[in-house]
Amino acid sequence: MQTTRRLWLSQCVGIVALADIAAAQQHAHEAVQSSTPPPFRTLDPATAAEIDAITSQIVPSTDGPGAREAGVIYFIDRALSTFDVDKREAYRTGMAAVQKKRQELFPGSTKIAALTNEQQIQLVQGIEATDFFELLRTHTLYGFLGNPSYGGNRDHIGWKLIGFEDRMVFQPPFGYYDGEQK
Amino acid sequence: MSATFRPSDVVDFLVIGAGAAGGVMAKELSTAGFRVVVLEQGPYLTEKDYRHDEIRYTYQAGLTNDTKVQPITYRKNESEPAKLAKAIMYGRQVGGGSVHFTANYWRFHESDFEERSQFGEVPGAGLADWPIKYADLEPYYTKAEYDLGISGLGGANPFEGPRSKPYPLPPMPVKSSGVLFDRATKKLGLHPYPAPMAILSQPYQGRAACVNCGFCEYFGCEVRAKSSTLVSVIPVAEKTGKCEIRPNSYVRKIETDVQGRATGAVYFDANRREIFQRAKAVVVCANGAETARLLLISKSKRFPDGLANSSGLVGKYLMWDTGGLAMGLFEHPLNEYKGIQVTRVIHDYYKADPKRGFYGGAGLDARFNYYPANFALQGMPPDAPKWGAEYKKMLSTYFTHTMTVLSHSSSLPQLRNSISLDTDVKDSWGLPAMRVTFDFHPDDVATLKWALAKQLEILEAAGAKKTWASGTAVEESMPSVHLMGTCRMGNDPKQSVVDRYNRAHDVPNLLIVDGSSFVTAARQQPTATIQALAYRGADFAIQAAKKA
Repeated sequence: MQTTRRLWLSQCVGIVALADIAAAQQHAHEAVQSSTPPPFRTLDPATAAEIDAITSQIVPSTDGPGAREAGVIYFIDRALSTFDVDKREAYRTGMAAVQKKRQELFPGSTKIAALTNEQQIQLVQGIEATDFFELLRTHTLYGFLGNPSYGGNRDHIGWKLIGFEDRMVFQPPFGYYDGEQK
Repeated sequence: MSATFRPSDVVDFLVIGAGAAGGVMAKELSTAGFRVVVLEQGPYLTEKDYRHDEIRYTYQAGLTNDTKVQPITYRKNESEPAKLAKAIMYGRQVGGGSVHFTANYWRFHESDFEERSQFGEVPGAGLADWPIKYADLEPYYTKAEYDLGISGLGGANPFEGPRSKPYPLPPMPVKSSGVLFDRATKKLGLHPYPAPMAILSQPYQGRAACVNCGFCEYFGCEVRAKSSTLVSVIPVAEKTGKCEIRPNSYVRKIETDVQGRATGAVYFDANRREIFQRAKAVVVCANGAETARLLLISKSKRFPDGLANSSGLVGKYLMWDTGGLAMGLFEHPLNEYKGIQVTRVIHDYYKADPKRGFYGGAGLDARFNYYPANFALQGMPPDAPKWGAEYKKMLSTYFTHTMTVLSHSSSLPQLRNSISLDTDVKDSWGLPAMRVTFDFHPDDVATLKWALAKQLEILEAAGAKKTWASGTAVEESMPSVHLMGTCRMGNDPKQSVVDRYNRAHDVPNLLIVDGSSFVTAARQQPTATIQALAYRGADFAIQAAKKA
């Protein structure tokens, strides 16, 4: 196909606009990264520590940072303060049921956070079929792998683990098999 | 500049819904010189509002309808009570679903318009021929592809009907999933071809090409490379100075006069004030579910069962996008999160074949429509742990080493599947909630199971180390996207709601243009056909208006 002057010009315009947009987006991403952890808005610190103990079993800190280092608990607090206000009740009743389960399994224990790692795993095994656990798991993974502007996924900990790069522009080849074909 | 009309101005056309069809109608009618008001219930967002933000767009459904303010009830059949459910998902902003869709842009096949004649009767289903044929729509498919900006390779799909022109833009770059799918399907004697996509592979009409950021499905495009009506035809409509897009305008009734002609519509504005906008003709493009609901709500003495409903078929024959996911894990990284979702397709299994023992067929594509969090939640094998150290370890390889083969399968039109009004539940504006009644036809289920075996076969032929089926079990899934059939098209006013030009049989100045007019659902990917029907319907409306 013959490249007309008009087409050539339109391509140039496209490239300039693209570079501008990409730069602006990259800037926005960097701004997000440097944000400092917010104080809790909805959870009290004691409850937050108990929830954190469970989410840290969902994505543990073995072999590298997990839910705790990624600030998942801050994401959950943010969610319960904003778009998931209507889930506060589920957390109240859900955590009460988890505490009950803890007392059943480990009489004399006082806190989830104070259980041993093995005991915490047993506790999670005891609640993993509940709707509340599914909610916790959903929140944990959105907090671990979602956009860091919500307080979780600090320093892109989640994204680094799974091999995701948040960029505006990628050039092919994207993977091994399309690279192999070139 | 965009026009501004007063409600008392009798504009030429009032379009309800600024989505895939409404955007096209707005452009076609206004560039033909008519004065147009478009009422859109959602907001007017632009690329500056969109983000790579999975929490907002997959978790909070930021671009789609919100059942907290517009509740929906669902039941499998009439004998069950309808319960609140997150059934039915549609784009709710200027541009509608064309903003957040994956951008697959398949033409229907010639056979899709005459399946009743070719396949025969299916017990329990209302399979019927369309009153139009592929050849009637072909010029409008071409017009849509050029007007909106579609990338693909014309003639590469040997099962597609004849086309008058190639695609205006070459195919998008192939991904690893496409390469693996290509090799495997060729090995199996099948015919892979580059996916036709409403995404720009090169700059086009003042818009920049795709940058392969990967955030297409569920997301609005941040560089305007996805050819939504928001960035393609709606700006053209506004530039005519004859078209006003009015966002945050939720229609509660289409009004008619004593002759039974539409006179305009009453809507709630952003402040929930009721406003009556007058018009000489009304075009409903509110999607395959909301269009039927609005017609049913628009009851009057003359139309006691809802507007344009003398046939009793408004809301009936609801069809939607049925399909299934097969996943494969590979030795090397695919990094499928980069780039658009889909790059290769086959239509070898598309056409229904009586020899299979059931009605149905499927288009299959190689894709990856996961993002980090929804992959962790839904993309892992069913036998994988759901939490803990082993789960964490698996995530670190599965996300980058996995691809999907998806089936786009058939959904039979059944009279018992419907959109109706819930008499007990109201939305936040006090209107009756949408009630969905839907259950699968046994042949729909048989097709999905048959297709899944083909999907897994392809992944295995591609050399997958592990394969698995993913997603919700058919028995538990509710209608969500690609809503069709609820105002079916036909020549007989007793058997259909609109005529062959998308005009309501009962109301001469009412057009219904969206998925609702589909007679059959083909193999999903309805957007190209919705938009071709819009271009064709606009042509008819323009000719009729010029005569009048």
